[in-house]
Amino acid sequence: MSTPTLFLAARRQRRAAAPRTLKAWYQNRALVAGIIIVGALALVAVLAPVLAPYDPVEQDLLNTLADPSAAHLLGTDKYGRDVLSRLIWGAQVDLRIGFLAVLIPFVIGTVVGAVAGYFGGWFDTILMRIVDVFFAFPFYVMVIVLVFIFGSGEFSIYIAIAAVSWVSYAKIVRGEVLVAKQQDYVVAARLGGLSHGRVLVRHIGPNVLSQAIIYAMSDIVMDIMAIVTLGYLGLGIAPPTAEWGSMINDGQEFITTQWQQATIPGLVVVVASLGLSLLGDGLSDVLNPERRK
Amino acid sequence: MLHRLRFIPARLIQSIPVAFGVTLIVFFMAHLLPGNAALALLGQRATAESVAALTTQLGLDRPLPEQYLIFLAQLFQGNLGTSLTYQVPVSDLLVQAVPVTLALLLYALILSLIISIPLAALAAFRPGGSRDLGVRGFTLVGQGMPQFWVGIMLLLIFAVRFRLFPVGGYGTTQLDHLYFLFLPALTLAISMSPTIIRSLRSSMINVLESEYVGTAKSKGSYGISLFRGHVLRNAAIPTVSVIGVNLGFLVGGSLVIERVFALPGLGSLMINSIFSRDFPTVQGVTLFVALFVVVIGILTDVVYTMLDPRVDMSKAVRA
Repeated sequence: MSTPTLFLAARRQRRAAAPRTLKAWYQNRALVAGIIIVGALALVAVLAPVLAPYDPVEQDLLNTLADPSAAHLLGTDKYGRDVLSRLIWGAQVDLRIGFLAVLIPFVIGTVVGAVAGYFGGWFDTILMRIVDVFFAFPFYVMVIVLVFIFGSGEFSIYIAIAAVSWVSYAKIVRGEVLVAKQQDYVVAARLGGLSHGRVLVRHIGPNVLSQAIIYAMSDIVMDIMAIVTLGYLGLGIAPPTAEWGSMINDGQEFITTQWQQATIPGLVVVVASLGLSLLGDGLSDVLNPERRK
Repeated sequence: MLHRLRFIPARLIQSIPVAFGVTLIVFFMAHLLPGNAALALLGQRATAESVAALTTQLGLDRPLPEQYLIFLAQLFQGNLGTSLTYQVPVSDLLVQAVPVTLALLLYALILSLIISIPLAALAAFRPGGSRDLGVRGFTLVGQGMPQFWVGIMLLLIFAVRFRLFPVGGYGTTQLDHLYFLFLPALTLAISMSPTIIRSLRSSMINVLESEYVGTAKSKGSYGISLFRGHVLRNAAIPTVSVIGVNLGFLVGGSLVIERVFALPGLGSLMINSIFSRDFPTVQGVTLFVALFVVVIGILTDVVYTMLDPRVDMSKAVRA
């Protein structure tokens, strides 16, 4: 193939990637189920001030550890706070931090991985050694230590999660770029005289990002798990803010009499994770159908 | 058999830079503490003398490279510093805690294989069938359960409701340990098994479609003997590396689970040290865990090579 035809082939390839039929999206059951579950939870989180029947932090010391009733559908906790209201407000805290925490490592990891994979050389070698070192620290260990160093609270959680999980994005995107830069359309774009930067951003970028986005879905699940676990250990969001993990911790004390207090927040986490996993599976179906199996 | 393990020395050399990287990160953790590290660590216990003493103990008054070399030199002598809470060497605390965590990990690994192999086989023998859908549903839900919550649920069912197992603790005799560790190990196994099942299922499906299984079937092999002789071993090979990678995750999980079941292992040591701001102990546990994960990586490669004669690690190591 001569250079101009290769170049045209490259343009065609890019255009074919863009308008994916909407049909493939709504025919994908996992994707639809995932969107419905995640959407519903997000709606609950946003509408928490309207939906929650009580103030999530208001104590009612005359009415502690009440059984579920018409007034308190899920009962009250040891301070007399309405469990349902805390559950609803907890969605706001856990989901917001879960989604936001993904953004920083996504951007850092993608940029570092793309540059390392595209240019190779000493930067790539050093990066891969750093990745190996970071992978030696289990996720929870690193997050717990960093939260300890920076003090508990939302900001520390963002830093800790970013410090741990950029590595995975870097590794994924680097691998994708290594494959993509051998493809005809990239070679053609370079031969056509486009700069490295433009090829990387406009030609390789869109083709490697899908893997990072799919991974981000399971990463949000990991992050929510981390936030809930930190909350359970008493290292996360400070009380009295409603948060699912600390609710489970509060409930564990009364597990013999009030089993639902520790059980229900956990079930909500399971539903949220299930929705995100379905969303991730569905996205990987529609974003790169040829890889499925 | 043994000649295939020639790669081990090269593999060990390859992991040296990683191990050094680990020590470097653990070393710099102390310097990430905002402000005067000694003051930040002592918090309310700080007096002028105690700050000065801790500054000297941590070597914070020397230049950084010198501090790191001292840290390394101490490390090679097995000296990880002195616990601020217990006033004993951190290495003594580790010696007490490590066996508990190792036993828990090994137990969890065995239980997760007991859960995963039959379920993966059930799913793989008829992909797309109702059993397959059931197993895949389990993996999907299982991945989304917070580990500590699974632990609490098992406690609720087996310890509180049916009183079959203790609610926590480690017991005194060997048999006790096996009994006390069952629920925590099962918790970890349940959270680890979805990953193993997914990997085993897909590799079993590949193996079942292969020509050698077809040949074995045509020669009259079926059922368990076909499964053991031809399917499991070949399907296990990719899963070994999946397990190897996820053992790091399992180690992290075990630290949290020890907290739920009040086990005196590394996790309880670490979390308690965090609450008492006992930084040398936190540092010691972190370092141990990370180096342990590096060792697991090497062991995974060894098992991988033993299982599959076609793998030649000496090439992979040199590359």
